Amino acid sequence: MAEGLQITKIQQSPEIIVLGPPSVFRTHGKEFSSRFRALRPWESPLPLAQFLAAQAQNTQAALCSGTFSLSAAVLDNLPSLRLVVTTSAGVNHIDLSECRRRGIAVANAATIFSADVADLAVGLLLDVLRKISAGNRYVKNGFWPKQGAYPLGFKLGGKQVGIVGLGSIGLEVAKRLEAFGCAISYYSRNKKPSVSYVFYPDLRKLAATSDILVVCCALTEQTHHMIDREVLLALGKEGVIVNIARGAVVDEKELVACLQQGEIGGAGLDVFENEPHVPKELFEHDNVVLSPHFGVFTEESFGDLYELMCGNLEAFFSNKPLLSLVSEE
Amino acid sequence: MVGVAKLVVMDPKGRLVSGGSSAKTGIMQKSIKESTKMLATLVRRAKSQPPITLTCNLLHISQLISTHPLHHNFSTTTRAPPPSAAAKMEAVGVLMMCPMNNYLEQELDKRFKLFRYWTQPKQREFLAQHAEAIRAVVGNATAGASAEVIDALPKLEIVSSFSVGLDKIDLIKCKEKGIRVTNTPDVLTEDVADLAIGLMLAVLRRICECDKYVRSGAWKFGDFKLTTKFSGKRVGIIGLGRIGLAIAKRAEAFDCPISYYSRSEKPNTNYKYYGNLIELASNCDILVVACALTPETTHIVNREVIDALGPKGVLINIGRGPHVDEPELVSALVEGRLGGAGLDVFEKEPEVPEQLFGLDNVVLLPHVGSGTIETRKAMADLVLGNLEAHFANKPLLTPVV
Repeated sequence: MAEGLQITKIQQSPEIIVLGPPSVFRTHGKEFSSRFRALRPWESPLPLAQFLAAQAQNTQAALCSGTFSLSAAVLDNLPSLRLVVTTSAGVNHIDLSECRRRGIAVANAATIFSADVADLAVGLLLDVLRKISAGNRYVKNGFWPKQGAYPLGFKLGGKQVGIVGLGSIGLEVAKRLEAFGCAISYYSRNKKPSVSYVFYPDLRKLAATSDILVVCCALTEQTHHMIDREVLLALGKEGVIVNIARGAVVDEKELVACLQQGEIGGAGLDVFENEPHVPKELFEHDNVVLSPHFGVFTEESFGDLYELMCGNLEAFFSNKPLLSLVSEE
Repeated sequence: MVGVAKLVVMDPKGRLVSGGSSAKTGIMQKSIKESTKMLATLVRRAKSQPPITLTCNLLHISQLISTHPLHHNFSTTTRAPPPSAAAKMEAVGVLMMCPMNNYLEQELDKRFKLFRYWTQPKQREFLAQHAEAIRAVVGNATAGASAEVIDALPKLEIVSSFSVGLDKIDLIKCKEKGIRVTNTPDVLTEDVADLAIGLMLAVLRRICECDKYVRSGAWKFGDFKLTTKFSGKRVGIIGLGRIGLAIAKRAEAFDCPISYYSRSEKPNTNYKYYGNLIELASNCDILVVACALTPETTHIVNREVIDALGPKGVLINIGRGPHVDEPELVSALVEGRLGGAGLDVFEKEPEVPEQLFGLDNVVLLPHVGSGTIETRKAMADLVLGNLEAHFANKPLLTPVV
């Protein structure tokens, strides 16, 4: 009897099409499916377009992963859609102008991930400069007693850090690196009057005066391959680049070439142009530290994300303001 | 106190920053107080310009910077004192205990009569043979001046350690015999603190494991698992000295609440003091060892402390291996009674317990706390500077005894 009531309750709750699926479904999928009526296309043998045509014609809300390409073609199959909640902070995978045209609101993960992503940026940077992963490999392979002292790393304190994109994540990175005695400068579309960091309107000039570049900006048409060979050469032979934003902000082929040629000093990379594919040339280098796009993969962030995405969906269905609406720019 | 030898202020292109002609020729023989004032003036004037570089011979400038907050950011480098009274110094015998730094070894060889202890197959005979000539010992964290070595060198006047830790030096004996002792404080504080935070991030966020995951090609088959957030975790520090304070300052930027255990409560900090190490360990998520190694602090992290830290707790050791009861630590990690560890030091370096090699919640480093090119050079310059000062009858730069 109780089970029957529960099923009825779910049937009455709003239906949400889940696209991706997002990684948070691994940990919270069951809970989500007991709170909302989740349409799960990956469990169906039908190709997505057909599934949507059959099941989602009246669906008003979508939950979308950060890697699912929400294009006009997909939107064509969701004629009743009025809300997209993406589980990422980035929105480069969503055709925003199409959403705007169709009156579809977009909500993202806002700034809940910023601390974790900033932490990873600092962690990758320290790892590259102080050879933490390489040193760990050295010890665990038993080389210390046989081969003696490990090669020296580089000091972080006093270095010039250039932050590319001073948004929520960029500011968290700056705050942390200041405590290590770094000098902070930044490149951004516009100067931020509320900060005292040195502003460079020219990315190449920022790279030329920096020892370290940390990429924290959104991926857009303008920022695509913004970090090209010229910028990397300006960063220089002892320069280090850390990318926790999107792979495509950096010209990956040129980055690999610069590392191979010794034109830059090292790299800490959480993101790549064609994930999960990583150029194998990078594996040859000890001055490169790689992570599998897991800047937000902490239990705390996933918990916060789950609350936020459910909060947005519930607000929508109760006609209340969204918690993290992506504003038009 | 007589301080600065020369202060030169340059912008990133190597041009001298205007601050009057004194900036071009240098500021000679100013006191620390006067140097601070002049430094503040120069920096204030340069505030609107891109960051400036300060090059100074005064080793105390790094102390200045940490205790007198200035409104701009800059880096400092030290320069070796020029060899002085060269002929006289060359006759002075200096015993270097083990290989520690090529630059230091070369400079010692140039300025003094250098004896390399580690190259001698018969060390006791070697000491006996050269006892009359050796007036200085240069040691480090691995080998210093034990009672045996001191007794064998009747002409020993000074022990200059290439480290800040003094646990390998018989300080009581040095005091008794009037032997001077110097170390390398301050210049390595930042690097050691940086590494402590680096280890915390590496353990909690599994960065080394992730790097391995990507390199193995495993990412193609699935995402990595969830890790633990570092920001906001409670950090407990054993020993709130220079290094402990530097760790606290960095962890605060990650919104980590800071608490500490020390022989006595430190005035002028907002950090929570625990007079009992078990209580500290019970009330923090990450415990970091940052105190000096003495008979009292040997095995200060024992089974009780490890148990109090618990299965979600993480231990970071950038102090000395003997601070921790190593077999207890190993069994706690293997059995899952401790959540993780980041270790730069071990009881019997370079031997590291092999049971730790396969654990993905453990990061192991080969004692690299001060291991950067910049800092090792600064440390070497301090060792050289102290020796030069002693044999020129000038005040020691960083005396301990």
